[in-house]
Amino acid sequence: MIETRNLVVRNGEFTVQDANLRIAGGKYGVLMGKTGSGKTTLLEAICGLKRVVSGSIIVGEREVATLKPGARGIGLVPQDGALFPMLTVKEHLEFALRVRGWSSADQHRRVDELSTLLQIESLLKRKPHQLSGGERQRVALGRALSFRPATLCLDEPLSALDDDTRHEMVELLKRVQRETGVTALHVTHNRSEAETLADIKLHIVAGEVMQVEKFPAPHIPLAP
Amino acid sequence: MTSESPPNTEQGAASKWREPPSDLPFFAGLGILAAFYVLLITAMLAADVSFAAAEWRKALASLLTEEIKYAIWLSLISCSITTVLSLWVATPVGYLMSRTNFPGKTLVDAILDIPIFLPPLVIGLSLLILFRQTPLRYLDDRFPIALHIPAVIIAQFSVASAFAVRTLRTTFDEISPRREQVALTLGCSRSQAFWLVVLPESWRGLLTAATLAWARSLGEFGPILVFAGSTRTKTEVLPVSVHLELSIGNIEGAVGISLLMVVVALIVLVVVRLLAGSERVARS
Repeated sequence: MIETRNLVVRNGEFTVQDANLRIAGGKYGVLMGKTGSGKTTLLEAICGLKRVVSGSIIVGEREVATLKPGARGIGLVPQDGALFPMLTVKEHLEFALRVRGWSSADQHRRVDELSTLLQIESLLKRKPHQLSGGERQRVALGRALSFRPATLCLDEPLSALDDDTRHEMVELLKRVQRETGVTALHVTHNRSEAETLADIKLHIVAGEVMQVEKFPAPHIPLAP
Repeated sequence: MTSESPPNTEQGAASKWREPPSDLPFFAGLGILAAFYVLLITAMLAADVSFAAAEWRKALASLLTEEIKYAIWLSLISCSITTVLSLWVATPVGYLMSRTNFPGKTLVDAILDIPIFLPPLVIGLSLLILFRQTPLRYLDDRFPIALHIPAVIIAQFSVASAFAVRTLRTTFDEISPRREQVALTLGCSRSQAFWLVVLPESWRGLLTAATLAWARSLGEFGPILVFAGSTRTKTEVLPVSVHLELSIGNIEGAVGISLLMVVVALIVLVVVRLLAGSERVARS
């Protein structure tokens, strides 16, 4: 579950005011809004990358507003992937596991699982500059899911992709979310992406979360 | 119809779709200015080479004296120590200046640039005065620094690290903080994110900063002359050797030592360019 209660976040002159949203466990929430509406600020606050002025953030059953980003149990997929240029794909999938002290056998097993889930088995030895846009986002998704977070935040992850790759990635995101049961908060300004992916659709306008629409879950047809 | 409203006439249409002026004068101007500067540099080096070639026996003999051999070793060792010290200081300073905001940052930024703008002799004089005042005077009395080898390294460090700080700050500015933020969500502390994500990514900046610090140290003269002195086989580094040879009228020797410094600097420059270039090619 992801929930914010009366959340106030400041980003320079801009303020996200009293943001209230709730995405039930295992659901796919899509937060829509125009450029500059505060959607990325809100996402960063949930991930712990932006300091909260007031209000609370609940992830799972925990209040996390004062926790460090790494203690919140949230995987982040940024807009451009933000892959580490010096690491191979395999090292990306192992990164969080190594930092969190997993044994090498467990790391190995997890890399196998993730590479199969995301169909990137053949890319494991490559570095980011040897990947296409879609492949990069798959790796970013794998890295974010690697330490088995219950929650996933995606910041316009498909905005830089061509139509075909975007369609593939939308299907992949939906499948991965169903298979892992992760609760997702996906920020986008793309309407068709939202229609296809969302169990719960939220709008943010000028820093205020305006509207919450609930879609009939869980069977949402994928875009043709 | 007036000349200001020609849209429907043939002449008006022709002027509307007129070809833009030729780019040739622009590029010719750029080329001439660039060629002038490149020629100046190569002509200086060529003049040195031709002068030393005419008097090569004397130039070579100067390089083989015990004093110059000592100066070569002292230069190489002191420059290498200075480079390590400069990176050791410039990396955290550059990172701090790039990633954090704090009261008085503008002032600190200006202070960090002082060694770049200050005349070299003034830096040497300031160091000399500083080490003759308490508490550094007590240190200097017990472990001789001023007019000894440590003074050579401190004088080189004072200037070289300012260039290293500037280079590394630009490097860190160019690295998106987004990757560090992702590392934080993956469970890293700020320190882990720096060591595991930022530092490996900034290797090219580190290499440039190290080269710059090393080259600046090799050519440093003013601060060393004042703070470390110019005692033969004691605080004599290569630029001091050039000065000493010139002061006794041995121009051939001075040119020989200068050419040696040019060759060493070129070797370092080429090696660094090759290292950085091979990575760039691999990435493209």
